[in-house]
Amino acid sequence: MTVAGRASEAAGNRRAVPQTALLVGGLVLLAALAVLSMGVGARHVAPGEVVRALFDYRGTDDHVVVRDVRAPRALLAVAVGAALAVAGALIQTLARNPLAEPGILGVTAGAGFAVTLGSAAGLAGGRAGELGFAVAGSVAAALLVVAVGRGSPLRLVLTGVAVTAVLNGVALGLRLMLPDTFDLYRFWSVGTLAGREQASLSWPLTAIAVSLAGALLLSRALNALTLGENVAHTLGADVGRVRLTTLVLITVLSGAATAVAGPILFVGLIVPHLVRKPAAGSVPWLIAYTMVLGPVLLLAADMAARVLLPTGEVPVAIVTAFLGGPMLIWAVRRYGAGSL
Amino acid sequence: MNVPRIHFERRTAILVGVLVALMLGLGLLGLCYGASWAPPGKVFAVLTGSEHSVVIRDWRLPRVLAGLVFGAALGVAGAIFQNLTRNPMGSPDVIGLDAGAYTGALIALTVLSGTSAQLAVGSVAGGLVVAAAIYLLSLETGFSGLRLVVIGIAVNAMVTAVNSWIVLRADLEVAIAAVGWSAGSLNGVGWEDLGIPFTVIAVLLALMTTRAHAMHQASLGDPIAVTTGVGLDRLRLLMVLVGVGCTATVTAVAGPIAFIALAAPQIGRRLAGAAGVPLLPAALTGAVLLQGADLLAQSLLAPVALPVGVVSTAIGGCYLIWLLTKEVRRA
Amino acid sequence: MTARLTARDITLRYGDRVVSTRLTLDIPDGAFTAIVGPNACGKSTLLSALVRLLKPHSGHVEFDGREVGAFGTKALAKQLGFLPQDPMAPDDIKVRRLVARGRYPHQSMLALWSPGDQAAVDGAMAAAGVSDLADRPVQELSGGQRQRVWMAMVLAQRTPYLLLDEPTSFLDITHQYQLLGLLARLRNEGRTVVAVLHDINQACRFADHLVAMKAGAVVAEGDPGDIVDATLIKDVFDLPSVVVPDPVTGTPMVVPTLRGE
Repeated sequence: MTVAGRASEAAGNRRAVPQTALLVGGLVLLAALAVLSMGVGARHVAPGEVVRALFDYRGTDDHVVVRDVRAPRALLAVAVGAALAVAGALIQTLARNPLAEPGILGVTAGAGFAVTLGSAAGLAGGRAGELGFAVAGSVAAALLVVAVGRGSPLRLVLTGVAVTAVLNGVALGLRLMLPDTFDLYRFWSVGTLAGREQASLSWPLTAIAVSLAGALLLSRALNALTLGENVAHTLGADVGRVRLTTLVLITVLSGAATAVAGPILFVGLIVPHLVRKPAAGSVPWLIAYTMVLGPVLLLAADMAARVLLPTGEVPVAIVTAFLGGPMLIWAVRRYGAGSL
Repeated sequence: MNVPRIHFERRTAILVGVLVALMLGLGLLGLCYGASWAPPGKVFAVLTGSEHSVVIRDWRLPRVLAGLVFGAALGVAGAIFQNLTRNPMGSPDVIGLDAGAYTGALIALTVLSGTSAQLAVGSVAGGLVVAAAIYLLSLETGFSGLRLVVIGIAVNAMVTAVNSWIVLRADLEVAIAAVGWSAGSLNGVGWEDLGIPFTVIAVLLALMTTRAHAMHQASLGDPIAVTTGVGLDRLRLLMVLVGVGCTATVTAVAGPIAFIALAAPQIGRRLAGAAGVPLLPAALTGAVLLQGADLLAQSLLAPVALPVGVVSTAIGGCYLIWLLTKEVRRA
Repeated sequence: MTARLTARDITLRYGDRVVSTRLTLDIPDGAFTAIVGPNACGKSTLLSALVRLLKPHSGHVEFDGREVGAFGTKALAKQLGFLPQDPMAPDDIKVRRLVARGRYPHQSMLALWSPGDQAAVDGAMAAAGVSDLADRPVQELSGGQRQRVWMAMVLAQRTPYLLLDEPTSFLDITHQYQLLGLLARLRNEGRTVVAVLHDINQACRFADHLVAMKAGAVVAEGDPGDIVDATLIKDVFDLPSVVVPDPVTGTPMVVPTLRGE
């Protein structure tokens, strides 16, 4: 091996170590944040007590709060954060466009449209109703976008933009004419984790967990895809099937997250940009990092959401924007906008 | 426009002809349509001065002209930004200008008393503040369209969050009024509203026309643009000024009418079969889109007038979808 | 030997990364200069500085005794034509239109298109061998065809100086030699050609003046016959070789002795 070859291999190895270390560090941070977040709120619980509540349950008031309210909420934050961030990474990889976010497949607009329609028809009462309509709307919209837009990344993006526009436009028109629907929608439309822990979470969380695993499994094939279709073929990837599966995963991940928490628009858009540098062009690492950073961001935002106001909460979607936005600006200024 | 004078691109010429005809047709329709239908004969008579009609001359005509001129301005702004960012999704609304204008308007509505003058000033101020913030934050050696876009995303996120918060906390009626404004409307636009905006837009579009050739040359990438003689820095500054200026002017009068800036350039270039994102098709398509949308907005649920932004978004989106499906069958 | 285009003591950087320090180079007029060197030795960076794409951190590039930064953009574009390594074409553009874009420096608001422009475009397409592709969309062409179209665009600019970054990329062997032959003919017509070439033997065969670079500095420059020997090749490329006279042209021909174990 030449001198040059040996040098680049050493550099590659030197890079691999920090990548794993970074991931482990991220996971530790995630665990710590989760514990912290379970202690924060109207009733303050010390971290030590939180850990005891989880592993040595004694039935005290503190323990009840942690177990029945905080822990499900933290779990939700982790699931929704991971789902949105990974969906964002997937769509940006597939669409090869840094402006892409999961909503581009029409998922968010579809959910909003369905919720508006349901409320206008008087049917979307209660959390379960909202959840059902949101899911149906997400899936229907995504199906339409994929059916029309498959073929090239640009087509997909433009189709998604068009469908989103149509659905948003019509829904907005409806809402401006029906004040009750408008009122219901404006509270649904700003994503929040407050009060969501009461609804039945098992199936959205399962769907998210399965899809996250699927994303990790698919990431190698997606890696091949980013090199262009011809190269992907020679590497053994079935391009059409990989694309379709990715689109399904994006739909399930962002559909489930949006249905549960309402639209939290910028996690899927911003988190992939933040980890692009350390992921260094590798899709598996991109998925792994976003799966960790998304929950970190959302947990931090959720904690802030609970303590920012003297009474009541700020919706987590708003806090997320103010946490993620400056982070993204800092990352772009420091490391450049990065390539895809 | 570096085409031999004699062999003018056939397809573009036909398209321009069709679009201009559409513009005139829709304009005429806008003058005829209303609470009472005015036959075209009467409209021509009023336009040439031989007949007198307050309704046609003072209510409908300014609105029709606004629809055409504002639509063209938005189409051009969209084409400029899509060229600047080299991204078909890089339009003023995506990078946060519309969100900033909305913030200004929300402040006018919730803190002040929400008169149209306050809304106009607020929206322009808000849009300019956001534009300045994005510009300052992306200041660095060397221009990067990508960097501009990504920082725009971040800023848009935060501004949109602020807007959602304000809407959430406001009284229901104020919230509905605010969201209604944000959908854009040409209702009640009169001559007194159009003097300054039309002048500003005319100046900006004239300026941009002189540099349109340079803008198309710049789409060849920085190295070739510079070495064939394009002054890139000055060109980009002009493009930003014209793009932001057109968007802010329209928003000040009619509120943010988002989708036109995104869709008109893409529809226009596909119809023209053109390379890159050219300005003229974008302008003409924008004019047709907005005027058509305004007509629909007035007539769909008459006598209730929908906000034009709702309709422009819906039909623009549908038409783009149709164009995309057609592309598949062709390929 | 006169040199209108020169680099005086330039230091070139990208952010914190220094590429060249205090480099001085004269480009001989009316000659074919080839710049060679291993990957990432600063050849492209040097070329970018010469055509005013990259501003030197210190020192300056001069043309006709004036700093290049002082020229108007179109004025300089009428003197220096440049072909970058990875040019990008807008979607859907046809070959004829792309070549016509090379006429930009000669156009203005009042003089949009003239017979002179048409002649330049037709001549350029003929010289680059792409006349029969004139109405095809550029994105449908093969890599080699596209490269020749870009060459035509630069030729249409009709500049006395031509600077090209790896112009033989993607071309099959016949077209490579045709292109180099074309550059030699342009030199015979009195133009000055500067090309970054990755094939040292082609450089030796066609160039009047060879500039060998390594790690951002000029290691040797001069007539290929005078400077190219096994020591230089080992020095610059870290390649053991023997240098023999080319059986056809007599110019130095590098034959590597590396057998790839």
